Amino acid sequence: MTRLARPPAGVPERVRQPGETVVRVGPVSGRVRWRQVVVALAAAVAVLLLGAVSLGRGDFPIGLTDVLRTLVGLGEDTQEFIVLQLRAPRIVVGALVGLALGVAGALFQTFARNPLASPDVLGITQGASAGAVAAIVLGGTAGGGVLGGVGVPLAALLGALVTGLLLLLLAWRRGIDGYRMVLIGIALWAVGAALVDWLLTRAEIHDAATAYVWITGSLNARTWAEAVPLLVALAVLLPAALATSRALAVVQFGDDTARGLGVRLVPTQALVVLVAVALTAAAVAAAGPISYVALVVPQVAVRLTRGPRPPLLASGLLGAALVVGADLLTRTVLPQALPVGVLTAAVGAPFLLWLLVRGRRSTL
Amino acid sequence: MTSTVPRTGTVRLAAESVSLAYDDRVVVRELDLQLTDGSFTAIVGPNGCGKSTLLRALGRLLRPVGGQVLLDGRAISRTPTREVARVLGLLPQTPVAPEGLTVGDLVARGRHPHQSWLQQWSRDDEAAVSEALTWTDMADLADRPVDELSGGQRQRAWISMALAQGTDLLLLDEPTTYLDLSHQIDVLELVARLHTERGRTVVVVLHDLNLAARYAQRLVAMDDGRLVASGAPEEVLTEQLLADAFDLEARIVPDPVAGTPMVVPVRRLR
Amino acid sequence: MRLAYLAVSPREPLVSSSTDAALRRHGPGGPGGAEGTAPQRGGLLQQRRTRLLGLLLLLVLVTVAATLSIAVGSRSIGLGAVWQALTDPGVPTEETVIVRELRVPRTALGLAVGLALGVAGALAQGHTRNPLGDPGLLGVTAGASLGVVLAIHLLGIGTPAGYVWFAFAGALLGTVLVFALGSAGRGGATPVTLALAGAALSALFYALVRAVLVSDTDSLDAFRFWVVGALAGRGADVAWQVAPFLLAGLLLALVNAPALDLLGLGEDVARGLGQRVWLARLVGLAAVTLLCGAATAACGPIAFVGLVVPHVVRAFTGPAHRWLVPCSGLLGAALLLLADVVGRVVVRPGELQVGIVLALVGAPFFVALIRRRRLAGP
Repeated sequence: MTRLARPPAGVPERVRQPGETVVRVGPVSGRVRWRQVVVALAAAVAVLLLGAVSLGRGDFPIGLTDVLRTLVGLGEDTQEFIVLQLRAPRIVVGALVGLALGVAGALFQTFARNPLASPDVLGITQGASAGAVAAIVLGGTAGGGVLGGVGVPLAALLGALVTGLLLLLLAWRRGIDGYRMVLIGIALWAVGAALVDWLLTRAEIHDAATAYVWITGSLNARTWAEAVPLLVALAVLLPAALATSRALAVVQFGDDTARGLGVRLVPTQALVVLVAVALTAAAVAAAGPISYVALVVPQVAVRLTRGPRPPLLASGLLGAALVVGADLLTRTVLPQALPVGVLTAAVGAPFLLWLLVRGRRSTL
Repeated sequence: MTSTVPRTGTVRLAAESVSLAYDDRVVVRELDLQLTDGSFTAIVGPNGCGKSTLLRALGRLLRPVGGQVLLDGRAISRTPTREVARVLGLLPQTPVAPEGLTVGDLVARGRHPHQSWLQQWSRDDEAAVSEALTWTDMADLADRPVDELSGGQRQRAWISMALAQGTDLLLLDEPTTYLDLSHQIDVLELVARLHTERGRTVVVVLHDLNLAARYAQRLVAMDDGRLVASGAPEEVLTEQLLADAFDLEARIVPDPVAGTPMVVPVRRLR
Repeated sequence: MRLAYLAVSPREPLVSSSTDAALRRHGPGGPGGAEGTAPQRGGLLQQRRTRLLGLLLLLVLVTVAATLSIAVGSRSIGLGAVWQALTDPGVPTEETVIVRELRVPRTALGLAVGLALGVAGALAQGHTRNPLGDPGLLGVTAGASLGVVLAIHLLGIGTPAGYVWFAFAGALLGTVLVFALGSAGRGGATPVTLALAGAALSALFYALVRAVLVSDTDSLDAFRFWVVGALAGRGADVAWQVAPFLLAGLLLALVNAPALDLLGLGEDVARGLGQRVWLARLVGLAAVTLLCGAATAACGPIAFVGLVVPHVVRAFTGPAHRWLVPCSGLLGAALLLLADVVGRVVVRPGELQVGIVLALVGAPFFVALIRRRRLAGP
């Protein structure tokens, strides 16, 4: 490029990226990145397949045809109870939680331009844990007291939201700097962790054990009572998250460039952080802080799609696949039923390591 | 993407007694500046004189603590940022592209102010991006990651993005930093052509006085947060000014190629 | 221009005091404030005076903290009695026994562990050029936790002195694996790959820890008291077990500090100035591993000392590591001892573990620090 090359005269040729298709219907237009679509579709198919298999497996195995019959209302009463009341809500909660955590992680990581910025590291799940453990330990024996049942998810939700708001407020100084947010988040994380550890030393050992299972993240005994509120929350939050996607693509360039391109930085930042916090809070309230989904999944998704940033939808769907798959494994392959959070970390972490060793990418 | 006909004389961008500060530290004091349509202005001055700060304020990245910046007669701080982005493009000093982002994607992001949630990739967008890539001679590199380009190519890619943004005004903060001389010329030629061929109003912060004098129609010299001289390069680049603002003893001779004033340094004063 | 740019690493976490001075004089020329001139001669003298004063203050602070740590507890002992217990070998009274058998070993251990964590934090941040270069992120804590859990679960060990070797081995394994994996990619070890490898490996280790603890309540019962991080219940035997490693780590750290000043200018500049970069990295890694591993082995995971202390110290030493490293050690020691004293006082007659106190006190302080200072954006 040392010469002063003149551009060719006449109508410029269209420049298109390989692997993309332009779609224009009426006033709607956009570019379809096939790699992203394929990854998202594959993840969605994986969720459905894993979910279908999961419905049939457990202490009381049910064949796939019977599962399908039950789903359309033709099954026996026992099977219907097991499939629709015991297993289906658990799987739905798992998928939704994975979806929420994957999207939340992708939002945080893109926004902070830091692959470590996930709700786990930023202290939001620790805040939820502190809330839940407080409810379990102070609220009575093994979650059966006044604060049991409804109390624990509510306490977790409050813990996550309070921590998230603190994060937003403390990191706010004429807008949010991604770096400052990560630093503040680490401080909040440490406080949450200290509270959890301290509460655990104060607890009766039964309560401590219950609390420990909770902070690992578990789908045991989840019912429609957890699934339905989560579904409602996601119905609101997912579109909001996707709406920020376009602005996020520009925010990634740094504040000056983004503002130069006409992004209203302050509202965008506030919206992104609030949506990500709310997604995390909803997920954690339903199933506990299922470890590392939000940290690992977006990093896996960005490497699979080979884009410049974690794709929101694909991250969510991969998160769902990971949680549903890990839950299936805990209930079938392992000798004893471990909480799903043990598995998500054990499966997700080596995968990230493998990508790290293999790949050439060194950052987000 | 029709090039606007320069309506020479109209003030597009103006600073009205603008004072700028980082926290409590005032960097620029009550500065007035008017930039007319179709002009090519270079802001020069010694290190730390506030020239980049002024450029940031002109591009509404920094809100003045006193005075105001007017874009087409309207306070830029009260104009929706998206509206500003359709008229005024800017290139920060060392912009960062996320790893793995391709040149084509980068340039496409320049269309952000023209897009909406439904309309993410209109024919106008595609045409503007194609044209910007072709015009900057980057079309062949469109699917290469930005971080794999050489410094000169990278700067071209960013200029291409600013071009795709399709704004009348373009502010560039030291676009030649870290480039060798031939790439400095390459980038400045590109910017100069944006001005002459596309009718863009250009404001650029430059370190190199000789290059500034050669390419810009007008120089604005700053020292210690104040505007000390403004006008054609011949009027601004005087031995007295170099002594006062740059603490430099120098001779001014005509550039043997362009005829513009050329600074030959003698020694540093004080 | 170019040199001025190099002097301010864009990754430097919090803008150093000398840069602040330059900024105050001239104002940032652009994003990141890269423009500026060298500090004036008066500034250099001033800085030297500030550093010496800071060092003196730190020494006083450590002395005060150590004295308090010996005197204050569920049973307060007057300074006279403390002095008597330390100097008079006469007939042991109840007070002299408490001082000699409990308070002095505890104080000595706190001093050593605080020193180790402060120094390790300064080194880790220097090597990763990352304010988050907390040893916990590099796999030390996770490795130590796994070692302790396995010792409890498989071997039925249940005392802090018994955990030491397993925690230390786990910490060593964790760091070595993180560095091996972090540098295995094509780009070699960069701060980001190290951090990612640390996070991923920690995730894996904690998954194993949790797999054990959710199914074995007895192990959880022992582990939950280790993981809070405490000085209580660690006798002189624990201190003696980890002392050689701490000493070796401190020596390596002091050797490593001048090299870090060169590395701070970028690896290429350091090489040009005759520094063997890989050697400096290796020594630094060894020092961090020894210091953190030994500290964690002795007391359990103690967060925040390594993270916060270097940031505070940097405010008066500037980025010069030959000052930063030792001063971080001193402040770390003072901080740990004071936090331990506070923990003994607030919930008398019980105790709040030092790890908890540090997180609860350190976090708001850290937040204030982050908010007050200018951040050099990434």
